[in-house]
Amino acid sequence: MDINLTLIGQSISMILFVWFCMKFIWPPLMEAIEERQAQIADGLAAGEQGQQKLDKANIDSQVILDDARKQATGILDQANARANEIVSDGKQDGQQETERQLSLAKTDIEQESNKARDELREQVAQLAIVTAEKILKREIDMKAHEDILSKLTKEL
Amino acid sequence: MATENAHGPQTSGDYIQHHLQNLQVCKADSGEWIWNQCAGNPMGINVDSMFWSLLLGLVFVIMFGLAAKKASPERPSKFQAFIEIIVDFIDSSVRDTFHGKSILIAPLALTIFMWVFLMNLMDLVPVDWIPLFSEKILHIPYMKVVPTTDVNITFGMSIAVFFLIIFYSIKSKGVGGFIAELTLHPIAPPLKGPGIIAAPIIIAFNFILESVALLAKPLSLSLRLFGNMFAGELIFILIALLGVWQLPLHFGWAVFHILIVTLQAFIFMMLTVVYLTLASEEH
Repeated sequence: MDINLTLIGQSISMILFVWFCMKFIWPPLMEAIEERQAQIADGLAAGEQGQQKLDKANIDSQVILDDARKQATGILDQANARANEIVSDGKQDGQQETERQLSLAKTDIEQESNKARDELREQVAQLAIVTAEKILKREIDMKAHEDILSKLTKEL
Repeated sequence: MATENAHGPQTSGDYIQHHLQNLQVCKADSGEWIWNQCAGNPMGINVDSMFWSLLLGLVFVIMFGLAAKKASPERPSKFQAFIEIIVDFIDSSVRDTFHGKSILIAPLALTIFMWVFLMNLMDLVPVDWIPLFSEKILHIPYMKVVPTTDVNITFGMSIAVFFLIIFYSIKSKGVGGFIAELTLHPIAPPLKGPGIIAAPIIIAFNFILESVALLAKPLSLSLRLFGNMFAGELIFILIALLGVWQLPLHFGWAVFHILIVTLQAFIFMMLTVVYLTLASEEH
């Protein structure tokens, strides 16, 4: 328990250790701690900013989506209207065409039937003439009665 | 004394004596270095205290130096995180007390806390292990392993703190301010009128009072640590004399001592910071 040189030795070693700590231990450790604190603060701020941006983007996208939906409905309506128009146009066209064809066919038929009637009439007349000729050959001269016969043909 | 006890103490008195004896070397009057016959010689060195103190200081410096060297802000290792917890604890304790700017006080507090803590921690090594090992294997007769139970060690640190107190006082108040602080408080001497005759007496009285207050700081600082650790060590030695009952008692006292070890290191550090704060405060 005597006081001796150990005291001075301890004082000197303490000065050396404190100097070393002051020079090489404390500054880098504090620097690391403070740098990390700054990084964490920055990270949190960046995170918050990102969240705000995300919220804004969500709202924006909702607006764009609503617009698109409206436009799509409009386009659909337009398309429906146009389709109806086309269909009704087609119907009208078809009807007109049918009517035209029908009338064409009718006139054709009429012409054909008229032609057939004329032919028939001629044939009947011929037949009648042939028949009459055969009868008259036995009884009368052809030439004497020709005017009467032609008159008759016309009346038939 | 050394040679007789080198073969092991016999009585409990001898046992305690042996455990409280430092390994000393000193220069004799004849000029040669002699071992363990240095009682009262101021030129002696307590080799064991010095060895353990330096070793534990190196443990601190290497541990924290490694952490500081590899310190990375992005990905701290678990070791670095552990070191940073201690550093942050010291830093916040110092900031709470000392409000000025100083590059010295915080590292000083860290060094004192960790060094004193490590030196105190040697108290938890069972009292016979290292002394027996050094006696039987290394043939060193004495080995006191807790440096803070040596009054030289605690005084050595508190004297360094004492000079820092004086340095900070002069730095913040100037030499004149420091002298004024020692002589013009607590009783202000009259500087005018007939009362000026009494001024030298009052100044002398103030000076004695303030010097005692100033010297009491390092004295109480070192004696508190020394007393606590010495008493704790002595109780460990007494418990070691109890035969088989020492096992539960030693455990109980060791658990309690963990608190004392930490607390004394913290008190030494905190008081150092408080003294330096008082010294650098401007009135």
